[in-house]
Parts: sequence; structure tokens; C-alpha cells
Amino acid sequence: MRVTVRLFARLRDIAGTGELMRETPAGANVAAVWSSLVTDFPELSAYEKSISCAVNADYSRFTAAVSDGDEIAFLPPVSGG
Amino acid sequence: MAVPPVTLITAAPLDHAAIVAALDSSGIGAVAVFLGLVRNNNKGRTVLHLEYECYEALALRGLDLIVAEAREKWPSVRLAIHHRIGRMEIGEASVAIAAASPHRADAFAASRYAIERIKQIVPIWKHEYFEGGDVWIEGATADPDDADARKEALRIACA
Repeated sequence: MRVTVRLFARLRDIAGTGELMRETPAGANVAAVWSSLVTDFPELSAYEKSISCAVNADYSRFTAAVSDGDEIAFLPPVSGG
Repeated sequence: MAVPPVTLITAAPLDHAAIVAALDSSGIGAVAVFLGLVRNNNKGRTVLHLEYECYEALALRGLDLIVAEAREKWPSVRLAIHHRIGRMEIGEASVAIAAASPHRADAFAASRYAIERIKQIVPIWKHEYFEGGDVWIEGATADPDDADARKEALRIACA
């Protein structure tokens, strides 16, 4: 199945893009999508402990299962205001 | 003119009169307006300008959540939050918050709560351009379900 990955701020800079498509095996969770990104962009691993994730624009957990067509976002620590 | 929305993410300059106009003023005795401005220095660096980016769909949900949380804590307070994104120069407002209430104490507290929660849970990032370089500012790991963070924001708001 295919999911859309959204990256923001420094994560986007590291990957060189804010949006990419990933093929994931059926039954994959958010953590698996993140791991596959880290394989391609090892610098992302520094964010392992500090990122949040969202599925279809709603905060989620790394253990959440993903479905075909989902939008998975990885969010570095926020700094609004 | 149409009534401005209570929560807004916009690339346009913020208008503190418009955010007050977003709130129903019936029975109101106090309005606290908070503006967050782009400061010319940060951690010893001379700041030239900032660029804000956001995950808009989730950022709007975050602002709506903060409004709902504030309503739960201060039922008589009406809260509006407008956040600007894109490039901003020194002195420009990046965020505007208006809290209207029958009495001043709740208006001040709710506006303070809102800015603390924005910094905790809303997916917006500032990219600082300073003399000699640029850096993404990274604050809190966003987790709306983190009860300790919410308690801390309430503690600061009610101090």
C-alpha cells in the first residue's frame, strides 16, 4: 500500500522535500514508516525521541496502524507563538 | 464586514481590532489582547527576520482544541486565536489572542493559558534568520494528551 509522508521544518530540510510517497507492507504502523525514512535519511534518527506524529491531520501514536492512502506527518518539536 | 473566525492561520498581517471583533461582546466587562512580536534578538543572536511554517490542518485543530480547553476551564470566557505564518520582520505580530470575559481575571488567565498551550501543542515552527546564519527553533514535543503539560499551562495561567 502507499502512504503520503509529510515532513516539516528541520525534518523537511533533512529530507529535501516536505512530501513524499512511501510503499509500506500491509499492517505497517507509523513507527515502520518512520524507520523506512530513517534508512533513507539517517540524519532523521536524531529526532527519534522528540518527534510527534499525525495520521490524516490528527495527532496519533507510533503504534497506530496505517492504511492505504493515509497522510502520515512527522513533526519536530514545535515553536509557534 | 463579515465576522472574523475565532481561530485563524493566515499569511496576512494580524489585525488586533479584527480579533476582538471575532468575539461576541454581550455581557463582557473585560477583553485581554495579547500580541506576540518578532523580537530583534534571541539567545545572544541578532535576529534579522523569522519565517513561520505550519501543518495547517492540524494547527487549526490545535487552536480549536485550545479554545475548547479554555472554555472548559473558564466557561464565561470567549477566546480567539489568530496565528500568522510566512516571513515576518522585527516588530511584526506573529500571534494575536483575544480573551473576552465578564471580569478581568479570567480574561488575563485564559489569554495566558492560550499562548502557553500554543507553544506546547500547535504544529507551527519558526525559522530564525540571524546575523551569521539561520536555525530552526525547536521547543516542545507536541502531545495534546500530555496531562502534565496542560497542568503546567494552567499553573502558569493562574499564577
